[in-house]
Amino acid sequence: MGEPFYDPAAMSEPLFTAEEQQRFDAGIAELLTHYPTDRKSAAMLPALRHLQSIKGWCPPEGMKQVAEKLETTVAHCYEVATFYVMFHTEKPGKYVIDVCTNLSCSLRGAEGLLGYLEQKLNTHAGTNGEKVFLRETECLASCGTAPCLQINEDHHENLTREKVDRLLEKLT
Amino acid sequence: MSVLTEKVMTRDWGKPGQPTLKGYKERGGYQQLKRVLDTLQPAQVTDEVKKSNLRGRGGAGFPTGLKWSFVPPLEKNNKPRYLAINADESEPGTAKDRYILELDPHLLLEGIAIACYALGAHACYIYSRGEFKFPSSVLDAAIAEAYADGVFGKKLMGKDFELNVYQVRGAGAYICGEETALLESLEGKKGWPRLKPPFPAVVGLFGCPTVVNNVETIASLPRIFEKGADWFSKLGAAKSGGTRLVTLSGSVLKPGTYEVSMDTSMRELIFDKEYGGGLPEGRSVKAVIPGGSSAPVLTADELEVKLEFDAFKPLHSMAGSGGVIVIDDATCIVRSIWRVARFYAEESCGQCTPCREGQPWMARLIRKIEEGRGELADLDTLMNVAQAIAPWPPIGLGNTICALGDAGALPVQSFVQKFRKEFEDHITRKGCPYGDKPWGAYGEFK
Ligand SMILES: Cc1cc2nc3c(=O)[nH]c(=O)nc-3n(C[C@H](O)[C@H](O)[C@H](O)COP(=O)(O)O)c2cc1C
Ligand code: SF4
Ligand code: FES
Repeated sequence: MGEPFYDPAAMSEPLFTAEEQQRFDAGIAELLTHYPTDRKSAAMLPALRHLQSIKGWCPPEGMKQVAEKLETTVAHCYEVATFYVMFHTEKPGKYVIDVCTNLSCSLRGAEGLLGYLEQKLNTHAGTNGEKVFLRETECLASCGTAPCLQINEDHHENLTREKVDRLLEKLT
Repeated sequence: MSVLTEKVMTRDWGKPGQPTLKGYKERGGYQQLKRVLDTLQPAQVTDEVKKSNLRGRGGAGFPTGLKWSFVPPLEKNNKPRYLAINADESEPGTAKDRYILELDPHLLLEGIAIACYALGAHACYIYSRGEFKFPSSVLDAAIAEAYADGVFGKKLMGKDFELNVYQVRGAGAYICGEETALLESLEGKKGWPRLKPPFPAVVGLFGCPTVVNNVETIASLPRIFEKGADWFSKLGAAKSGGTRLVTLSGSVLKPGTYEVSMDTSMRELIFDKEYGGGLPEGRSVKAVIPGGSSAPVLTADELEVKLEFDAFKPLHSMAGSGGVIVIDDATCIVRSIWRVARFYAEESCGQCTPCREGQPWMARLIRKIEEGRGELADLDTLMNVAQAIAPWPPIGLGNTICALGDAGALPVQSFVQKFRKEFEDHITRKGCPYGDKPWGAYGEFK
């Protein structure tokens, strides 16, 4: 017997409030209209994104509900959720900060930017903390406006120390 | 100097209200679609596209009309047809499609409608990069407007032709830009590329004939039908119609995204005042990656090349996705290629052994050399590993399921072949000659 994909005990708590459940159901129903009726599981990426937009991550109980609605298995949800880096299968820090350190950005100071953030936030890239989860990421299509980063998917480019200081002040 | 005589793709960028339906229509938007629907049969549309010499802007430069003509006729295969738009833009060095989404989304949508009419496709999925929060929101708004205005829906601009257009957002996997991985992802799976053949034009999304085209490719269509296929074809080079978007990044005074004539040379792009404006005082070009990080590197002696698809062939490199990365003479070559190698190691989907094992191996070897722990034998190993994935030159000898294998292996071989001395210097000095300042003219974060 291997490890179960999800922890049955964690599923005894209701995942959604009534309002969230309604939003979840309505969102999935709408997404399913975008696909042929015999291809419900094609909605996997948008469905997981929808789940994550409500809960901030993809909790096991949520993936179970996605699986039911898309008429597929929890293993399928898990396989997809772990393949794509934007899906969180563990609860991330309040602020996920992704810094591009690919070539064009590194030529414009990205390694220094990352070091500056590590020092100011007192963390190391790749460490998930309660408040921030600082990560190195790959090219974010801001190569001509480098260096750049994203905070919870909000994009910031042409960064300088001054700009970064201002961004960090807003993280409470 | 080959100047751009007229802006094509970027003509209306930044004009008031351009991202909205109203603004777009004020400048003649959706008129070409209307005319196409009223006056041309689908096959004639494809013929025009062939005549225009439009070539794919996603990386391979494949002739668009020819690709469309691979879709089997309905008598032979009566399954639904799909159009998939590749808006996954993730090739390091490339930032162009996002600006089409942000600044002129209806241009793409009008192009989509023209293409779907030609292909007999009643559904189009736009697969946009997961990280594109803002571009995706602009596109979503534009799609909603097009539905509300009766462009999309049961009747395409009133014609008896149903067309539905959906945006699907990716979730952070470079491999999903590869067209068959994109289709897998659209089917709700992890992005594992498919073996080809069969090609998507025959067996694509949900097993149906599917054309996958890049954003810039499809956004070119309204202009082709506005001014004519001949005009578009003449605008370009012998076998590449139109103008191109290029993203200039790295050690230049004015990095950014530019529309250029195919006749422009790499040197002009880097040094002309209109474009890059040259390098900062005292610095010179050491190397240029011409078409996104998977394109083999050029040296400072190879800058006369024109930015046209076929011009890169003799140099065994490619125009690719138009991402031009300039590396100046104060930058460490080993460190530069390490960043690239690390990327491909990270993004390999793991399906084929040479790529899954080889990309991380190359990244480790390069890092070892960069950190001064390398031996001369490591360079041979590095080349052997790269050659096992895809020997170079020329381009196109890859041993893996998809071209990500080549994308990682070719740059490494080109860097080592063209800058071998710098690798050897690292090994003999037991360290990086640039010390803790490997990133050249603009490498310091200020
Ligand atoms: C690893 C890999 C990544 C790719 N990424 C992209 C991409 O982000 N955007 C894109 O348009 N094409 C990308 N391509 C090229 C596509 O496979 C495909 O050729 C292209 O979307 C076809 O469109 P076009 O003919 O209009 O260029 C990639 C190819 C490979 C092998
Ligand atoms: S070449 Fe690499 S990315 Fe492409 S299918 Fe093989 S393992 Fe996956
Ligand atoms: S390399 Fe950083 S955004 Fe492209």
